[in-house]
Amino acid sequence: MASEQQAQAIKNAKVLMVGAGGIGCELLKTLALSGFQDIHIIDMDTIEVSNLNRQFLFRQSHVGQSKAKVAREAVLGFRPHINIAASHANVKDPEFNVEFFKQFNVVLNGLDNLDARRYVNRLSLAAEVPLVESGTTGFLGQVTVHVKSKTECYECQTKPNPKTYPVCTITSTPSKFVHCIVWAKDLLFAKLFGDKNLENDLYVHSNDTSSSSENAEDVFERREGEDPEKYGRRIYDHVFGHNIEAALAMEETWKNRNRPKPIYSRDVLPDKLVQQNENLDKNFTVDNPLSVSAMTSLGLRNPQDVWSLVENTRILLESLKLFLRKREKEIGSLVFEKDDQLAVEFVTAAANIRAASFGISMHSLFEAKGISGNIVHAVATTNAIIAGLIVIEATKILQNDVKNCRVTYCLEHPSKKMLLMPVEPFEPNKSCFVCSEAPLSLEVNTYHTTLRNFVEKIVKAKLGMNLPLIMLGSSLLYEVGDGLEEDTVANYEANLEKVLAELPSPVVSGTKLTIEDFQQELSCDISIKHREEFDEEKEPDGMLLSGWTKSSTSVVSQSVPLEREDNEHVQWSNQ
Amino acid sequence: MLIYLMMDIDGENMDRRPSRTTNFPEVTIDFRADLPASKSPFPFSLVRIKRFEGPVHRLIACLRLQLKMDGEELTEQETALYDRQIRVWGVDAQRRLSKSHILVSGMKGSVVEFCKNIVLAGIGSLTLTDNRMVTEEALLSNFLIPPDENMYSGRSLAELCCDSLKNFNPMVHVSVEKGDLLSFDEDFYDKFDAVVVSCCSFTAKRTINEKCRRRPKRIAFYTVDCRDACGEIFVDLQKYNYMQKKLDDTIECQLQYPSFEEAVAAPWTSLPKKVTKLYYAMRVIEGFEESEGRNSGEVSISDLPCVLKMRNELCKKQSLNESHIPDSLLERLLLAGTSEHPPVCAIIGGILGQEAIKAISGKGDPLKNFFFFDAEDGKGIIEDINSSH
Repeated sequence: MASEQQAQAIKNAKVLMVGAGGIGCELLKTLALSGFQDIHIIDMDTIEVSNLNRQFLFRQSHVGQSKAKVAREAVLGFRPHINIAASHANVKDPEFNVEFFKQFNVVLNGLDNLDARRYVNRLSLAAEVPLVESGTTGFLGQVTVHVKSKTECYECQTKPNPKTYPVCTITSTPSKFVHCIVWAKDLLFAKLFGDKNLENDLYVHSNDTSSSSENAEDVFERREGEDPEKYGRRIYDHVFGHNIEAALAMEETWKNRNRPKPIYSRDVLPDKLVQQNENLDKNFTVDNPLSVSAMTSLGLRNPQDVWSLVENTRILLESLKLFLRKREKEIGSLVFEKDDQLAVEFVTAAANIRAASFGISMHSLFEAKGISGNIVHAVATTNAIIAGLIVIEATKILQNDVKNCRVTYCLEHPSKKMLLMPVEPFEPNKSCFVCSEAPLSLEVNTYHTTLRNFVEKIVKAKLGMNLPLIMLGSSLLYEVGDGLEEDTVANYEANLEKVLAELPSPVVSGTKLTIEDFQQELSCDISIKHREEFDEEKEPDGMLLSGWTKSSTSVVSQSVPLEREDNEHVQWSNQ
Repeated sequence: MLIYLMMDIDGENMDRRPSRTTNFPEVTIDFRADLPASKSPFPFSLVRIKRFEGPVHRLIACLRLQLKMDGEELTEQETALYDRQIRVWGVDAQRRLSKSHILVSGMKGSVVEFCKNIVLAGIGSLTLTDNRMVTEEALLSNFLIPPDENMYSGRSLAELCCDSLKNFNPMVHVSVEKGDLLSFDEDFYDKFDAVVVSCCSFTAKRTINEKCRRRPKRIAFYTVDCRDACGEIFVDLQKYNYMQKKLDDTIECQLQYPSFEEAVAAPWTSLPKKVTKLYYAMRVIEGFEESEGRNSGEVSISDLPCVLKMRNELCKKQSLNESHIPDSLLERLLLAGTSEHPPVCAIIGGILGQEAIKAISGKGDPLKNFFFFDAEDGKGIIEDINSSH
C-alpha cells in the first residue's frame, strides 16, 4: 500500500499530460486510479477507427471527436470527483508557454513525434518542471526521466533522423521495396496529382538524355479530350517502359547491378480495361471522395493479398481513371495521405510494377500502406505497461526522490532475465545545446547556401526552433513572429533568398551566429565554417552541423536493441 | 467490403459504422445470439433481414460476407480496427486470436487490466467468474465499475465488469459464468484456450491447473497475484511448440512446462542462486494463508510474527539462508493486505495480456514460467522454476 507521504504527494500534485493517444489513455486511467486529483491533458488529435484497438477510452461513436475531451469524460465516468482539464490543442500553441508549464509539479509525455517532444523538453527545462518521457513501438517501449541539471534532457543524445534516401537510388537504382514506394509516392503520384510548381525529379534523373525535357513535360499532361485509359497507358509505358529502356542504355550503372526489365502495358494487359470491368460501377453511389476505390470497382477485396502484375496494372489504370473522373477538382493540389484509399491503391500498384521491373518482391496494399504512410506498429499491452512505469517514476519525482528514478526499457526478448529493465538516468550532456546551451558549429558553403536553406534545414529541422530570431552580433538577419513592421518583414523575405556570404551582414567562415527562440526560452550560438564540397549521398543537406557529441554514459542504452537501423520506418511513437 | 449494420446482439443496440468505403445501401439486419460462444467465434447464428433497400445482388453479396465472417478471412472492418496490431503480429495471429476463448477468475486490478487488453486485442470470447459483491476497496483499483451505488448494488463483480468490457470491443463476446470456480466440472474447461486465475488459494490454483492439464486439448493456464507494489505471474503451457525467430531463420522450439504444484515443489536449494527474493516471499505468505485457511490477501501486519516464524521453518526445511527472504519484504507484502497498486496492476496485466496473446497466436517467445515485478527496484524478471534444476 502506498505510504501516507506518497498518498499526500499524489493528492496534492498538479500534473500536465501531453498526448491522449495510446499511452495517454492508459496513463490517464492509471493516474486517476492511483489517486491523482488534478490533471491537465493536451492533445490536438481527433479519434480514428484504427485507434480503437488500444485507446480504450474511445468508442466507435467517438470517431472524429477530440481525444483529450473524450478521454476526460471517460475517466470522469469512474472517478467523477477529480479535476481533469482537457485542451483540444497543439502543445506548441502560444498559450502553453513557460508560465503555463510552471504551474505543474511534473510533465508526462505520451507523444508520437519528435517535434512536439523537443518542444515539451525545452518548455519543461525553461519552467524547471521535471519531465517523464515515453515511447512505444510494437512490444518495445521506454520511459525516461528528465530533471534539469540532475539528469540528461530529452535532447542530450542526438535522435536518429527519419531515414532519407539518395535521390539516384529512388530515381534510377532501387534495390528495396521502400525505394519503389518513395518513387511512387513522392515522384509519380506527386507529378500526376500534386502541385505542378513543385520541384520533381521524376524525369530529370530517370529520363536522362533520351528525350528532351519539353517532350517529357508533355507526357504527364493529359491531352485535350484524351481517353483516361489511353492517357494512363501512355504514362504507364513512359515510366515503366521507355524510362527503363533509356536507363538501360547507361551501361556503367548496371555493371554491378541487376538490369531492370522494361514493362509495357500492352504486354501485361492487351485488352482494354473496360472489358474486365463491364460490371456495375460500384463507386457510383459513393459520395465521400476518400472512399472511391479501384479495388472495389475491380472486385479485389483483401488488402492482405499480393496482387499479380496484371492486377497491379489494372489497379493503376483504374485508379488513375477514377482520379480523373471522380476527383478531377483535386488534381493539381493532392498530397499523399495514408487514409486516402485511392491514393494508396495507386501508390501500391505503381510501386509494385516498378518492383517487378527491378526484380524486387511485390507487396500487399496493407504492407504498402504501412510503408508509405509511415504507420507505426502499436499494441495495447505495451502502452499499458509503459503508462504504469510512468506513474511509478512520476510518484518518485513528487516525493523528491529523484535519485531513485530510473530509465526503464520494455523489451521483447529478455536481457539478463529481464523484460523490464531499469537503468540509472544519465548525467546531463555538457555539450548539449539545449540544456547546457553549448555552442554548435556548422560547415556550409557560404557562397551557395541561401538563408532560407539554412533556416529550413538547420534552424527548423535540426534545432527545432519554431519562432527563430537570427543575429550576427547586434544586427538582425531574420526573425519570425507577430507584430513585425511590414518593411522589416519584406527585408527578412529578401534576406531569405540571399546566400549567406551576401547578406547585409555577411556570414562567412569564422562568423558566430546567435539563434534564439523566445517561446522556448532557448538561445544557441553557431560558429560558421566555410566548406566548398559536400557529398550528395552522405550530406544531402549540403551542410554539416556538429557540436553535441554523444555522451559517454549512453553505452547501456545503445546495447538495448530499441532503435534498429535495418528498420527504416520505425520511429518512436504512441500512435 | 464493408456494410453499415444496425445490429441487435444480446438485446443491445450497437452502431457499427465503418470508417471507410460504404458500398452497400443501408441494410438493417437482426442477429440472434443463440449459439453458445464456444461453438462460434461470432455470437450469432440466425440472420434475419429486417429492412433492405437496393438491388437483390447486393443482398446476396452481403450475406456471403456474413458467411465469411465465420470462416477464414478477417473482415475489412476487423482489418481496419486491428490495423496497428496486425502490423505487429500478422493476420494469421489475429485470426487465431479472434477464434480463441478465455476464462478469467478474480476480477481485481491486474485481471481487469488483462481483460481490457485481450478484449481490445480481439479475442473470440471472454468468460468472467467472480461472485463477490462490490466493495469500496474493489472500486479503488477497478476502472470498469462506475462508483454509483444504484448501478452496482446487488450485482456481482463479474456481472459489472462484463457490462463495461462489452463496450470495449463489440466484436468480442463477453459473458459471466456464475458459481464457484472449484465446483466446475473438468469438461467445463474444454471450451477455453486459456484460463487465468487470481485472488484464490494455493489449493484452488493447484486444483484448476490439474483439471486443465487433464483435458485432451492444451489449455494455457496462468495465475496472477499482486501484493503491495509487487506482482507475480505463473505460466503453464504444458508442452508448447512455437516458431522462434533467430535473425533470418525460424526454428521450431519446444518448451515443457511444469504444473504449478510441480514448480513450487522444486527444492529451494536446487534453484539458481539469484532467484528473486519475491519468489520465496510469495511462497511463504501463500503457505501461511493456506495453513490458516485464509483467502488470498487476507493478511495484515499483525500476522508478521507468525509469518516470520513460518519463514524460519521453511528456510530450515529447505536449507535456505533466511536472508533470502528479508523481514522488510514480508512486512511490505503483509501491510498491503488486499489493497492494490494500480500502476503495478497495469504492468502485470500488460505482461499477462502479452503472454496470453503469444500463447494463442503461436507468435513470439513465451515466458517460462514465472514473472515478477517490484516497483521498488523497477525490475521485471523472468524466473524458470522447475524441479529439474
